[in-house]
Amino acid sequence: MIAIVDYGAGNMVSVKKAFDWLRQDCIITSSVAEVGKAAKVVLPGVGHFATTESLSRSGLRDAIQTSINRGVPFLGICVGMQWMFEGSEEAPKTRGLGLLEGACGRFPANVKSPHVGWNSIEVKPSSRLFRGVSPSSFVYFTHSYRAPLTDNTTACCEYGGQFAAAAEKDQLFGVQFHPEKSGETGLKILENFCAL
Amino acid sequence: MKGVHFENLRDAGDPAELARTHASSGADEIVLLDISATHEGRATLFETVARTAKQLFIPFTVGGGIRALEDAAAVFAAGADKISINSAALADPSLISRIAERFGSQAVVVAIDAKRSPDSASWGAYTHGGRKPTGRDAILWAKQAEDRGAGEILLTSMDRDGTGIGFDCELTRAVAEAVRIPVIASGGAGGAAHFVEVFRSGAADAALAASIFHYGYSNLSDLKKELGSHGIPVRWPC
Repeated sequence: MIAIVDYGAGNMVSVKKAFDWLRQDCIITSSVAEVGKAAKVVLPGVGHFATTESLSRSGLRDAIQTSINRGVPFLGICVGMQWMFEGSEEAPKTRGLGLLEGACGRFPANVKSPHVGWNSIEVKPSSRLFRGVSPSSFVYFTHSYRAPLTDNTTACCEYGGQFAAAAEKDQLFGVQFHPEKSGETGLKILENFCAL
Repeated sequence: MKGVHFENLRDAGDPAELARTHASSGADEIVLLDISATHEGRATLFETVARTAKQLFIPFTVGGGIRALEDAAAVFAAGADKISINSAALADPSLISRIAERFGSQAVVVAIDAKRSPDSASWGAYTHGGRKPTGRDAILWAKQAEDRGAGEILLTSMDRDGTGIGFDCELTRAVAEAVRIPVIASGGAGGAAHFVEVFRSGAADAALAASIFHYGYSNLSDLKKELGSHGIPVRWPC
């Protein structure tokens, strides 16, 4: 069972729809117990970084951390990926999980923000999440803040300079773009996550 | 449904079927506008939205008949990624902020139907499928919509819609330069050259076309190839 964590940030339906299409058993849940039982955990999210505060209040933050410690595969999407870092300029008082090093920042003033639409990414061939995905694919973005490039970056994107479009570390995966909205490429990425 | 100058509406086929066909032939987003909704006072067809969304894995926007936060919530629950509002936002601009606060700005598209003033010096915003002038300046309204939390502007030229003679690049540029959010140009596409023109001289961030695709006037992958050859970045292979 895949748990899609509902913490009141944006639309979970499209993520569930994609897993349904892939014939994966999944639920949208805000229950600590359900998240604790799940074989895989997905944290979607669109909107403000500060909305991740509710994860701490509800106990979901600890539940997710516990699952991760047990080696349960985790996928953070958009703000969900940003939350895997130490924090974000968007809400300096809100702590991320700190699974990945660095903090998220805004785009430079010379490009329109948010970064909305399809953009191409350069994929590292060693990535497990991008197995079978063309090394320069188009995926769909919608975000105002972005994650830094680190040793864990598995895909980068160019928009007002390079930023991390995806990162992976052991069983932890983060994607800044929306795989559930990225056509066949996105479905392949989700399929790879399911197959872990 | 798709019309010429918003009149003579023709039935272009089942929306779910059309959306799937367009997506598999390379469309980057799908916009379902139930443009008769406000006029006839009926709500957006949730069932159609759900059926369309089920097999669609690219961004999906729904507009028409969304008058309140609850209408938007129902459309999102049915599987839409974004809603597009026009008349209701003009009647109560706070609707933009209320939807944006709950679902995020990325989910709120404000559609503006603009028509040139008789002296051609400015553009007015219209509602009810282009039948009612609001007395508002389209460019000022776009800025206000941005301030209220709109994530994108879907800008339709009433003068060009359905004509196939090309987008109104002057209007598009005026709005694109006035706001920092993406502007989707709509109305008037008749061929590949019009798209190149609206991206170049119109400074559009995206372009929308309906009849050109619905009735098979043009093939999407040929269009993308042509845009690519003019140095316009497109998603490829689509």
